[in-house]
Amino acid sequence: MNFERIKEKLNILADAAKYDVSCSSSGSKRTNKNKGLGDSSGMGICHSYTEDGRCVSLLKILLTNHCIFDCAYCVTRKSNDIKRAAFKVQEVVDLTINFYRRNYIEGLFLSSGIFKNADYTMERLIAVAKKLREEENFNGYIHLKSIPGASDELMREAGLYSDRLSVNIEIPSEKGLKLLAPEKHRSDFIKPMQKVTNEIIQYKNEKKLIKSTPLYAPAGQSTQMIVGASGETDAEIMYTSAYFYKKFNLKRVYYSGYIPISYDQRLPSIGTEVPILRENRLYQTDWLLRFYGFDIRELLNKDHPNLDSDIDPKLSWALRNLDQFPININTAEKRMLARIPGLGMKSVGKILQARRFRKLNWEHLKLIGIAMNRAKYFMVCDSRVFETKDRTAAQIKGLILQESNSKFRKTFNNQLNLFDATSKLSV
Amino acid sequence: MNTILAYDGSFDGFLSGVYEIYDRKLMGVPLQKQAITSETFFDTIETINTNSRKAARVWKGIKKNCSTQGRQNIYKVFLSESPLTESLLLHYLHRAFTEKGKIDSDFSDPKVLEVSKIAKKVDREKHRMDAFVRFKQTKDGIYFAIVAPDFNTLPLNASHFKKRYADQKWIIYDTKRDYGLFYNLNTVETITIDLPPSILNATTSNAIFTSEEIQFQELWKNYFKSTNIVSRKNMKLHIQHVPKRYWKYLSEKQST
Repeated sequence: MNFERIKEKLNILADAAKYDVSCSSSGSKRTNKNKGLGDSSGMGICHSYTEDGRCVSLLKILLTNHCIFDCAYCVTRKSNDIKRAAFKVQEVVDLTINFYRRNYIEGLFLSSGIFKNADYTMERLIAVAKKLREEENFNGYIHLKSIPGASDELMREAGLYSDRLSVNIEIPSEKGLKLLAPEKHRSDFIKPMQKVTNEIIQYKNEKKLIKSTPLYAPAGQSTQMIVGASGETDAEIMYTSAYFYKKFNLKRVYYSGYIPISYDQRLPSIGTEVPILRENRLYQTDWLLRFYGFDIRELLNKDHPNLDSDIDPKLSWALRNLDQFPININTAEKRMLARIPGLGMKSVGKILQARRFRKLNWEHLKLIGIAMNRAKYFMVCDSRVFETKDRTAAQIKGLILQESNSKFRKTFNNQLNLFDATSKLSV
Repeated sequence: MNTILAYDGSFDGFLSGVYEIYDRKLMGVPLQKQAITSETFFDTIETINTNSRKAARVWKGIKKNCSTQGRQNIYKVFLSESPLTESLLLHYLHRAFTEKGKIDSDFSDPKVLEVSKIAKKVDREKHRMDAFVRFKQTKDGIYFAIVAPDFNTLPLNASHFKKRYADQKWIIYDTKRDYGLFYNLNTVETITIDLPPSILNATTSNAIFTSEEIQFQELWKNYFKSTNIVSRKNMKLHIQHVPKRYWKYLSEKQST
């Protein structure tokens, strides 16, 4: 192995792959067979974290950054003047195995620029996965990109060797896609996604009858959308997301705040702040939809097309629906407990279990670890002291903001802070 | 004069202590690890002999009266080495044995809640070890790693690594507690070895490790650097995820 050459390639192709935020290595059912290498049946593991705080779970690289497309938002676009490189199949296999044996990674995340055409590229990705599974008896996690426009036969094969497949729709709306990536069509993304969805359904049906049916993409599919590149509202993004979750049974939709990488006039200019707070609010909404039983129409609608930046989406919903509160912690059903601001699903679970033994009061709840500063306005418990004043939504919001100290407040508040300004003047 | 029961520090020893307490109706008598007990003017120490038959008897009782989760929590709290271990667990077991219901979800009992919180901490540390172990390949073909976890988590880590690295020999050595796990391609054994000081260094000595090993570490470090997005740098979050006390074992955090 020529380490110097590999090092150079690795630098280029890891750098190009880092804008894909998908990192999960969980949800697979692949166990170690015949004393092979690896096992991905447990929970996902983050082996390290980069200095930007994102986890490193998989060896995330492109097979090549040569690409025939010229999508404005992408760092490997044809017109960009950057160093290009390509891995050989065996090189990727060797890197994966050796990193895995040292417990650096959970597996491989392999994406690629598109060279020649979609099928040619997809075949190369599959070749890597196949070699890992069949020649190295590798049972770690493999995440392959579905190349937009790849044929059904190849997508069928890809699912047999990988744990997860993903295709990034990147731009949430059709009009944005037309503007930034005129050569691509929504239908090219949909096609491989639809094929994989069908195969997974078929696998599940066959598995019921024939136990030895080979695994097909056991960790399902995911996708990614860029936020803040093409001017969509939060509602547009989340409705697209909800549609994809429902239509294609996606495991995850990732939201990636656009990082300016180009002087293209169609995009935010270089130096524009990465919309980290907005990204965070979108993820919170995503969680509310998937785990808290919210419907997208409750959180975002015509009257409310964007999420609040200063408060989280659940609190925002609660303030718009004060008629549903206060909720009695000791009697309410799970669905309503999950809607109290400041209560996560872990706390909800603990409350449900603990209240079978005795009625809970503020002390119990504090120890269980709920966020009192928000929750106290929306609930009653076995205690005589509680918020008795009938406050308006604006008053409650004001009180909560006064008492809380969001980590985002300092960095991302564009509004002039009255107190900072005066303290500076007095000095 | 108060009596203190002292056991040898092993889990079986602890269970034998529990057996004595119930057998001789010594409720309220403190149980401690022998290593930390000291005889004072007011206390007398009675040493409990570790007895695997008695321990098994108590474990059977725990199985009968606790849920799987509760049983695992008891073991995890024991591995936490917390000074509260014995008093918390004795309270927990007393409730489990007397109430006959599954009490491990009574989170409004502060001690039961504390047991689940400590177990959670041990779980996290166990998970961190699954993540932060960095194997180095020695010249005799063994993948070797050093750890010093906050809690005694290696007994919990064994099956994870055994399943994962079924085709390679490996050692994970806990330098804080001076013992390690050795997988010999069939079973995981507990071992104690005198480690040469050069193996403990953060820099990888080429007297012990293969030359390939040093190259792969270099590649990994490079990968770690290239995958970072500078415009999103957030060291606070980084340190929250990878606290500094673990850096000494992570090859990507070593400067060359």
